[in-house]
Amino acid sequence: MTRAAPSSREPVIGTACTHCGLAVPRALVHDGDGPQFCCAGCHAAYDILQSSGLSQYYAFRDKREVPVRRSGRSFEEFDHPAFGELYVQGIEGGRSRIELYLEGVHCASCVWLVERVPLLLPGVARAELEVRRSLARIEWDASMVSLSSIARTLDQLGYTPHPFRGVARDEMRRREDRAMLTRIGVAGAIAGNVMLLALALYAGGPHGMEPRYVLLFRWLSLVLTIPAVLYPGRIFFTGAWGALRSRTLHMDLPIAIALGAGVTRGAINTITDSGPIYFDGVCLLIFLLLVGRFLQQRGQRTANDAAELLYALTPTTARVIEDDGVERDLPVVGLLPGMQVLVRAGESFPADGVITVGESSVNSALLTGESHPTSATAGTAVFAGTLNLTAPVQLRVEESGASSRLAKILRQVEESAQRRAPVVLLANQLSGYFVGAVLVLAVITFLVWVSRGEARAWDHAIALLIVTCPCALALATPLAVTAAVGRAARAGIFIKGGDALESLTHPGELILDKTGTLTEGRTSLVRWIGDDAVKPMMLALEAGSSHPIADGFRRAWPGLATTPVQDLAHHVGAGIVGTVDGHVVVVGSPAFVAERATGGAQLLAQLDASELTPVVVAVDGLVVAVAGIGDRVRDDAAAALAALRRRGWRTTLLSGDAPRVAALVGARLGFAPEEIIGGASPEQKLALVRERLAQRSDATRPVVMVGDGVNDAAAIAAATVGVGVHGGAEACLASADIYLTTPGIEPLVRLVEGSARTMHVIRRNIGFALGYNAVGVALAMSGLISPLVAALMMPASSLTVLLGSWLGRSFEAADPPRLLDRDTVGPVSTLESAA
Amino acid sequence: MSVLFIVVPLALIVVAAAVAAYVWSARGGQFDDLDTPALRMLHDDEAPASRVAPPTKGA
Repeated sequence: MTRAAPSSREPVIGTACTHCGLAVPRALVHDGDGPQFCCAGCHAAYDILQSSGLSQYYAFRDKREVPVRRSGRSFEEFDHPAFGELYVQGIEGGRSRIELYLEGVHCASCVWLVERVPLLLPGVARAELEVRRSLARIEWDASMVSLSSIARTLDQLGYTPHPFRGVARDEMRRREDRAMLTRIGVAGAIAGNVMLLALALYAGGPHGMEPRYVLLFRWLSLVLTIPAVLYPGRIFFTGAWGALRSRTLHMDLPIAIALGAGVTRGAINTITDSGPIYFDGVCLLIFLLLVGRFLQQRGQRTANDAAELLYALTPTTARVIEDDGVERDLPVVGLLPGMQVLVRAGESFPADGVITVGESSVNSALLTGESHPTSATAGTAVFAGTLNLTAPVQLRVEESGASSRLAKILRQVEESAQRRAPVVLLANQLSGYFVGAVLVLAVITFLVWVSRGEARAWDHAIALLIVTCPCALALATPLAVTAAVGRAARAGIFIKGGDALESLTHPGELILDKTGTLTEGRTSLVRWIGDDAVKPMMLALEAGSSHPIADGFRRAWPGLATTPVQDLAHHVGAGIVGTVDGHVVVVGSPAFVAERATGGAQLLAQLDASELTPVVVAVDGLVVAVAGIGDRVRDDAAAALAALRRRGWRTTLLSGDAPRVAALVGARLGFAPEEIIGGASPEQKLALVRERLAQRSDATRPVVMVGDGVNDAAAIAAATVGVGVHGGAEACLASADIYLTTPGIEPLVRLVEGSARTMHVIRRNIGFALGYNAVGVALAMSGLISPLVAALMMPASSLTVLLGSWLGRSFEAADPPRLLDRDTVGPVSTLESAA
Repeated sequence: MSVLFIVVPLALIVVAAAVAAYVWSARGGQFDDLDTPALRMLHDDEAPASRVAPPTKGA
């Protein structure tokens, strides 16, 4: 299959890689219509897919997504018996089953590709992917294929797997969900039919329906209602009984009383063939309340999944070196301070410790959010969860398991998530007052009317209980939130819990991380001073280099034609020399170029060297241009921040980067000096968020933390609302309430606007519901309510709420105007204006 | 109109059958995941042209 990659949807200047969609370096572009690749890895992946008949991957792929990321780890620990005990379940037929959390799952082609793993690996019986939670359920025959090779295959396809611990709880939840759905289905079917029967009675009654048909319909309603109350309706009685025993007022209490009284009274009236039967109201009540409860339950669960995913990120086994030099695999829980552990290249450190033997570089992005690897030699302290990149090293364990720094941060994430519960408690308290008021009113109604006959008093009291039932009230919030969350997801904003929307309606404190949040978090060309004509020459030199700086140039000028290079020489850590079109071109650090060329001092002086890394370009012995390399500020950051400040948000820049760099970036984005905090550790970030939470004058002012790294995760979890940005670490996204699926921070503005509109819809819904209730109470207490009015008011109020929720334009469904994609376009004029 | 004595109970039996079918599908897990099957139906069922050996480490 030879489809020209993203060109169909996106303007791409130059050539895009058929596999990953990145720009192809000029030197690697070949003529013709065939596939083009940016590197050998993409070519290999393409060939695997082609030879396995899986080329449709390219048809299902969502091309706006980030390029494929793979960890390249060996996943040997997946084959360890201790790992198997923790995560693998044995199933019938000698097969095993595991649930793996996959990074980078987002679209239809992911489902397709992951579920084709059995075709790639004989011995894998089944692979099923649940997109919403990125969970893959895999069944395999352990005698034919090892779990580590399954994990490696998934990793090579771009989905780094992590074991998922919540399997047992997951099974329980699934059973709960199925039971709830069964209840809703049964209740719905019965409610529909009882209402049809009731309609016949209401319509036929006044026109002299034959008594034997009236009797038939009344008895049929009774026969249908009894199972509805006994099976789906039972959870309200158990809930009410629980509330009574714990002496609290719960929504279930008046519901149970209304249901019990309504059915009893209806049954008596049916048997004695006199008075209203209430069965339609009772059945509809059960159905609508169950629907509301189900929606709410689902929303809360997504938020609860967060902590589980965090644990998936730490390694599970370690290779311990005994005193006699023998290597032995040990589960991480068995590690003790003082043990010597061998960590190979590409593996994560299993514990905090000090390197004793070996020299390597370490990627600490998980903890610090810093994307550049740091070098580590004997004596360097390293932390659990960070990645050993280049060479095997030996480590002396200092802190392991629960006392490691990562575990402490994760525990803080969990604790913060639990502390949010009081908001829910408050809602329950309020409903308690509502319940109390309804019960008191019902008793008053009964006492007022009891002088006119006990039967009549019962009828009016029951009518009041049914008509004030919190049906619409219970649906008002979950329906509006569900509608808003769905719309937001389509607009690129993923919202896990509805309470986040509520908090965002009032402006408050907005705390933003710098690297990766306000900036792109990778090396880019930020400033170009000098002659544009040398750009093609420079690109020609950089085309074959794998250095991050070369990558930055290629991204900045994707459409530029290059020319062939002769006599190319790389000087590691200094620069490149080559001959282009007969001119000698030198690109490199100022010192490197100064040895080979003259001039350029005033160009260098123009560049703010304190923030940017200078790269000097010289042609034929004369310096002609200086490029500033750094972490580029996102195009939309300034405008979005300005918009948020106009709405009354107080912004703070909180960065783990050096205070000097934080101050420079902050000043450019309009932060006041006292609003910029640099050099903050993950613990300090958390402390600042807690401090702001404690200091705020008004409890409705939210503290919002926006970030992208694991170093932000604890702060994000502690904040009133935590926001993870596009491309962030999985741990950060897991602890965030809201996750932006499109690049940039402009979605924050839409989020705040959308929240305000959603709360407006909720308030309108509650207003409607309370209005209906007030009218219902007045009618019932004055004894004016007839069964017909009660039967009409109930569904009408719920229907109003339903329509109000779905028609309320909480988040614009239309695709927002997208900014130019930096990967493919990145015009130089924008680069300069950003500088 | 006395046909109602037969038709209405008959209708209720049909409803019972529908409810039974729904309960069966809910218990069987057909509503567990509502997102993925919608994406899955996009895929063709065609058999792959060939199989490849599992990619090894570093491939």
